[in-house]
Amino acid sequence: MAAAEGGKIDPMHQFLIEPVLGRHWIVGGYDLSFTNSALWMVVTLASLWLFMLGGMKRELVPGRWQAAVEGFTGFVSSMLTSNVGPEGKRFVPYVFSLFMFILFANILGLLPFGIVPGVHPFTVTSHLTVTGVLAIISFSIVLIVGFGRHGFHFFSLFVPHGTPPLMIPLIFVVELMSFLVRPFSLGLRLFVAMTAGHILLKVLAAFVVNGLNLGGGYIAIVTLPSFLLMIGITLLELLVAAIQAYVFALLTSVYLNDAVNLH
Amino acid sequence: MPQISQIAATYASQIFWLLITFGLLYFVVGKGMVTKIVSTVDAREQRITGDLAAAEAARAQADRVEEAWRIEMDAARNAAMAETASAKAQAVQSAEQQVKAADADLAERIGHHELAIANAKAEALATLETVAAEAARDLVAKLSGVGVTIDQAAHAVREVRAHG
Repeated sequence: MAAAEGGKIDPMHQFLIEPVLGRHWIVGGYDLSFTNSALWMVVTLASLWLFMLGGMKRELVPGRWQAAVEGFTGFVSSMLTSNVGPEGKRFVPYVFSLFMFILFANILGLLPFGIVPGVHPFTVTSHLTVTGVLAIISFSIVLIVGFGRHGFHFFSLFVPHGTPPLMIPLIFVVELMSFLVRPFSLGLRLFVAMTAGHILLKVLAAFVVNGLNLGGGYIAIVTLPSFLLMIGITLLELLVAAIQAYVFALLTSVYLNDAVNLH
Repeated sequence: MPQISQIAATYASQIFWLLITFGLLYFVVGKGMVTKIVSTVDAREQRITGDLAAAEAARAQADRVEEAWRIEMDAARNAAMAETASAKAQAVQSAEQQVKAADADLAERIGHHELAIANAKAEALATLETVAAEAARDLVAKLSGVGVTIDQAAHAVREVRAHG
């Protein structure tokens, strides 16, 4: 993960995508290689599936694991119920998948797998292609539900109640712009938060390592403070990992509310 | 920044594998497992609501039974008190009657005895006059030798007694 080139640690190297085992699979002109990113998507899916499997005992009185899983499903379903209303229950499978995928990917990216030789942790959600696709899926669902339910009446979403007739064209354009920006803000927010956190951690880690290499007083004035700061930032990043997953799911349910109930 | 510089080379693989993993996640976990877990939670909540309703009904039933029992107990207590009061009144009444009857009986008997005493006294007095008349006659005969009849003697005795 850290490409040490003459003592220099590149904080961007952790985001590099490369095919696992160095093989490229070109299908129909497209490179569909099984990359480290794809590997971590599969790891995310597998660990999430394992986690959910513990909640499938379906006992009347839940054990710890079942209670944890039911806590997550209850969290998502109550979020949808409070934002969308009773109809929000329909979207529980999608928003739950979204929330848990982002949460697990964020946290798996933060776990110290790097201490195992040969294992390179990778944060799937620090890639714009991934967060962008998730944002586009959410936005498409909003569009499909909105137009499927209200038809062209869905455009009334862009004209809030009580707009003076003179202002309608202007307001319509402004609201349409803000609506169209949603998928970008949704995708960019997660990508930027994850990328920034991991760069910061890597820069601090480089300080720790370089200070140790220099030895002597540098350990006291560079390594130790950086290491203490790293501990704090790591805890903060764990919080950010959960908050960004929550924000993504919450905004999706808010947008779904627009699509289901208009204003 | 590899996310931007690699985007042309990796977008196809990223999107392809994301759609596969997220699709699997959605259909296997989201549609399959989550639906079952939510239904388990719903069933449990329904069961809890049902149990609570049953408990509430049982409580209401217990309240009703207790209320009925209380009313019954009140009625029984009132009846018992009324019975006690009437028995007490009856006892008082009968005691009074008995005392009254005993009083009357006593008064009657006292009357009888008083009459008998009066009779005896009168008889004794009458006997006393006769004895006094006879004694007076005998004294007169002995002292003066005049023979008076018993009636005269009696008359004289009566006169002496009347004047003291």
